Amino acid sequence: MTSTDLIRMSAAELGAAIGSGETSSVEATEAYLDRIADVDGDVHAFLHVDRETALEQARAVDARRAAGEETGPLAGVPIAHKDVFTTTDMPTTAASKILEGWRPPYDATVTSRLRDAGLVILGKTNMDEFAMGSSTENSAYGVSRNPWDLSRVPGGSSGGSSAAVAAFEAPLATGTDTGGSIRQPAAVCGLVGAKPTYGGSSRYGMIAFASSLDTPGPLARTVLDAALLHEAVSGHDPKDSTSIDAPVPPVVEAARRADVEGLRIGVVKEFGGEGYQAGVLQRFQEAVELLESLGAKVVEVSCPAFDAALDAFYLIAPSECSSNLARFDAMRYGLRVGDDGTRSAEEVMALTRAEGFGPEVKRRIMLGTYALSSGYYDAYYGSAQQVRTLIKRDFDAAFDNVDVLVSPTAPTTAFPIGERVGDPMAMYRADLCTVPANLAGNAALSVPCGLAPEDGLPVGLQVMAPALADDRTYRVGAALEAALGNKDNGALLNKNAFAV
Amino acid sequence: MSAITRDEVAHLARLSRLALNEDELDQLAAQLDDIISAVAKVQEVAKGDIPPTSHALPLTNVYRTDESRPGLPPEQALAGAPSVEDQRFRVPRILGEEE
Repeated sequence: MTSTDLIRMSAAELGAAIGSGETSSVEATEAYLDRIADVDGDVHAFLHVDRETALEQARAVDARRAAGEETGPLAGVPIAHKDVFTTTDMPTTAASKILEGWRPPYDATVTSRLRDAGLVILGKTNMDEFAMGSSTENSAYGVSRNPWDLSRVPGGSSGGSSAAVAAFEAPLATGTDTGGSIRQPAAVCGLVGAKPTYGGSSRYGMIAFASSLDTPGPLARTVLDAALLHEAVSGHDPKDSTSIDAPVPPVVEAARRADVEGLRIGVVKEFGGEGYQAGVLQRFQEAVELLESLGAKVVEVSCPAFDAALDAFYLIAPSECSSNLARFDAMRYGLRVGDDGTRSAEEVMALTRAEGFGPEVKRRIMLGTYALSSGYYDAYYGSAQQVRTLIKRDFDAAFDNVDVLVSPTAPTTAFPIGERVGDPMAMYRADLCTVPANLAGNAALSVPCGLAPEDGLPVGLQVMAPALADDRTYRVGAALEAALGNKDNGALLNKNAFAV
Repeated sequence: MSAITRDEVAHLARLSRLALNEDELDQLAAQLDDIISAVAKVQEVAKGDIPPTSHALPLTNVYRTDESRPGLPPEQALAGAPSVEDQRFRVPRILGEEE
């Protein structure tokens, strides 16, 4: 098998080929490491690649298999890991200068589960600093580039992960989704990305941004691959007090089932019209019609509170971040600036944070501090929490009548690097359609639904389901993927500039 | 709601422990004002007697069993510290001169 054959395969196919002895994890890992060496100079998906550590993991999986040990469906398959998850054998920075070179003393639960499943961690991927952003332009270590067009962003915050998978530098990647940070990068890179139900995947060892919203999840080239990774990293974790003690929804079975016969699909009325790119709406509409032709019952559903979801999100998330990021105090780990013997701890802390945090992180800390300060708390944070209740009620009412809700994943295709840097509100609007699922804690998934006619860039369709009904999002995603001819590992992806 | 003043921004920066420079204060005063005006819509939508939601899950007080287990050894706990002395985190002066 040539290295091109290996990196073209889906993760499911590669796992099966390793399992049957057709190839080995070392061969597959070498193929991907070579690929990274070839193209990552252009794409800049990775912050850290460790050839020797990756090959060591691969050799261990091959040895286990050779010894006749039973291994799982993804054993030996390489993966790109978002740099927001702690890893004892690689640096963890969350793309911030304040954590430059930091080696965590423990593994995140998601990291441990990757290791348990035999996945081979190739390296750590770029992201917006502390997962705050929609483009990776907020990384302290430079922007990642969209493999479809290097002058455009790969989405964010999990943009290094989306760029890596779209450029065939990894068959799978981890991401985290606080307001759309898995689904939007997946959409603009032509990938599948899922935000599991809140509490369905563990936050232990995932550097916190907004704890009531943060959710780890998979990015992949196919729906089945995403489901396999979803299953591998999810499930109850006693180390996370918000982890749900329930079985992982049957996402792999749903991805294989791939049928929507009789499924009731609600199209969210509020997401469309002004501010949406024409080609995005066109491909979305065609996809909905396709689902209907496959036997789904499609109705329009109104969720009026969704109109205020972005506003509520940009009060709640900064509020939580202003509290969470207080831990970066220059005392126990990370950067320390200005400790010359004359300055107090408080002065050193303020100097360190001013130098260690980038502009967007500072903006959100300040915004959150404002929204939580006395005199403004009720007007801003309090009102946003009430809107959160209304959003949950809209979802509940909708799910009385439909099984899933659908919308475009993002209002536009990938935007040019630099276009929104000076305009925070324009950047925030990339999350318009994705934030309601975070605020309500529901399951959601983005699946490619074609290329926008005006720019030839990928468009994503978002499927939202009730909490713990993640399998429904995979059913719809897989049905659409099959109907569009994308099931065969990225018929769509093979149109990008980095296709192999 | 009135515009966010530069003094207010400087106060928020002190509360946030961010030693911002003059340019950053100017820029943030304008940006925070823009963002707050844009998201203030929540106040119109949240009229009436609606209970707040702080969290998607109805979980309270999740306990683990109280079992002793080894913690991090000192060398690991201190491995990332900016400054160490006698197996402890060394930190700058915490109390003021007069205290």
